[in-house]
Amino acid sequence: MTDRDISYSAVIARKNEIMKQSMGLDFDEFIQSPIAFDYERMMRETGYTMDEIIRIQRETKVGNTSLLELHNLTEAVRKISAPGKGAMILVKDEAANASGSFKARRASISAFEAQKKGYKGMIAATSGNYGAAVASQAAQRGLKCIVIQEIYDSRGVGQPEIVEKSRACEAYGAEVLKLTVGPELFYMQLRTLEETGFFNASLYTPFAVRGVESLGYEIGEQVKARYGKAPEVVAITHAGGGNVTGTARGLLQAGCGSTKVVACSVDLSGLHMASDHDFNRKSFTTGHTGFGIPFATWPDRVDVPRNAARSLRYMDEYHVVSQGEVFYITELLTKIEGMERGPAGNTSLTAAVAMARQMSRDEIIVVQETEYTGAGKHHNSQLSFARDNGIEVRRGDPKDNVPGKTIVIPERLDQVAGREQDIDRLRRSYLTNAANVLPASKWSEIDIAFLAADIKKTPAWVRENKPE
Amino acid sequence: MAKVKKGTWVEIQQVVLTPEQRAQSLPDDTKKVPYLLRASGFLLEDAELGQETSIQTIIGRTLSGKLIKVNPSYSHSFGNTIPELLTIGTEYEK
Repeated sequence: MTDRDISYSAVIARKNEIMKQSMGLDFDEFIQSPIAFDYERMMRETGYTMDEIIRIQRETKVGNTSLLELHNLTEAVRKISAPGKGAMILVKDEAANASGSFKARRASISAFEAQKKGYKGMIAATSGNYGAAVASQAAQRGLKCIVIQEIYDSRGVGQPEIVEKSRACEAYGAEVLKLTVGPELFYMQLRTLEETGFFNASLYTPFAVRGVESLGYEIGEQVKARYGKAPEVVAITHAGGGNVTGTARGLLQAGCGSTKVVACSVDLSGLHMASDHDFNRKSFTTGHTGFGIPFATWPDRVDVPRNAARSLRYMDEYHVVSQGEVFYITELLTKIEGMERGPAGNTSLTAAVAMARQMSRDEIIVVQETEYTGAGKHHNSQLSFARDNGIEVRRGDPKDNVPGKTIVIPERLDQVAGREQDIDRLRRSYLTNAANVLPASKWSEIDIAFLAADIKKTPAWVRENKPE
Repeated sequence: MAKVKKGTWVEIQQVVLTPEQRAQSLPDDTKKVPYLLRASGFLLEDAELGQETSIQTIIGRTLSGKLIKVNPSYSHSFGNTIPELLTIGTEYEK
């Protein structure tokens, strides 16, 4: 394809054509208007039942992870809670998946699909655990793998956590394209898909999200078998939306319709995600508001025509926590529960600690993932890197955290509070974004029904809250 | 400068987009710098550091760019000890 124009605008203009070839999936079949599409049909037509998903995942060392009771942490929370308060905290040890995170679930069905359709390899654009997951799944299915990562600032300095994620991809045999900061990652992804003819293992396809459904399903089944009821709350670290969407869909399939789905992110407000300067001032590389809010309030900003990860469709609450609070809880988990795990899962654990305090003792809150940790990903690496980059690190009241400037690690467990966000504000922001795609005056009944389902509200609420 | 031998594991750097070719609506600091790619592979010909050359990646693709590193390695670590973390969850903070 060397004769093709590879300028930025030319490649972006070929987006739809490249997408179709690289997935064997035609989104046009599901699209109903510039806004609406038949989401459930799109998910259904992946053609896999839950049993098949689980069977495919077992072939490549994914799933059936332990659900662990965090007795000591639960006891510590009860000590600082009002009488009768302090829910049992459980954690799903997703670090046990091949490649060390729940992202193996997200990559597994894509790898199966790519192999079945005869692709020679697969490509993912990600700086997260997903890269290692795609590389690990591709290796097991005899597919080549390219991971496209935003890793360095313009000085060539890389966040230790991202450098580690890059190393993991290479360890599993992937070619890693290591890029500097910028949204042109998508351009590079399209260009590479076109050059190679590989499968697009996007995070946002129906295959990726359906792969996560087994996580919610297992949680529902495990909690019901052990405690005879559905969990009251499942806390989910939220960035691009696939974790919330897939887990919530799996919970519904396990008959846990009463379970409250709570999304949790690290607060990085004020830092610009495409800024070369801000890039290395973040001490979290994912699970933060820099992804969580834009992806919740407009999911269709991704590398596929319609995003299968639609978090507002499923979340009941959205909580944010500070970087310092997560580092405190990560250290506490290590010291009192004897588990050393990475920062992403510990984001929802931090919010869960705050929520458990407000819940009854006989209630159950499930933290739905852990991830592996090690050099680069470890909270000590992150804090050391932050300190070296001029960020103040100290103990104190976590209210004093300022993303990119100060990390305040709580002095006591009772200072770990998290903050619930106004989810209706997010929903209105979603409607504003929808109106930027198609003016609200032109919304049909189909659009309004779609929007209502997409933000877990009624059509009447959408009509009342639609932007002028 | 000594030639790096064909077949050596190296890292190259390529300018993917110059500042003028980059996407619109970037923050000012990002707009000023080129969009760069680094990748590792086996050197396809004898070359000197800084020279334009080609590599074959671990999956067999050919990529070209400026030779910047011989035997690229990872040195990320657990960082310097953060004393503020040490006492969390221990008897010092009961």
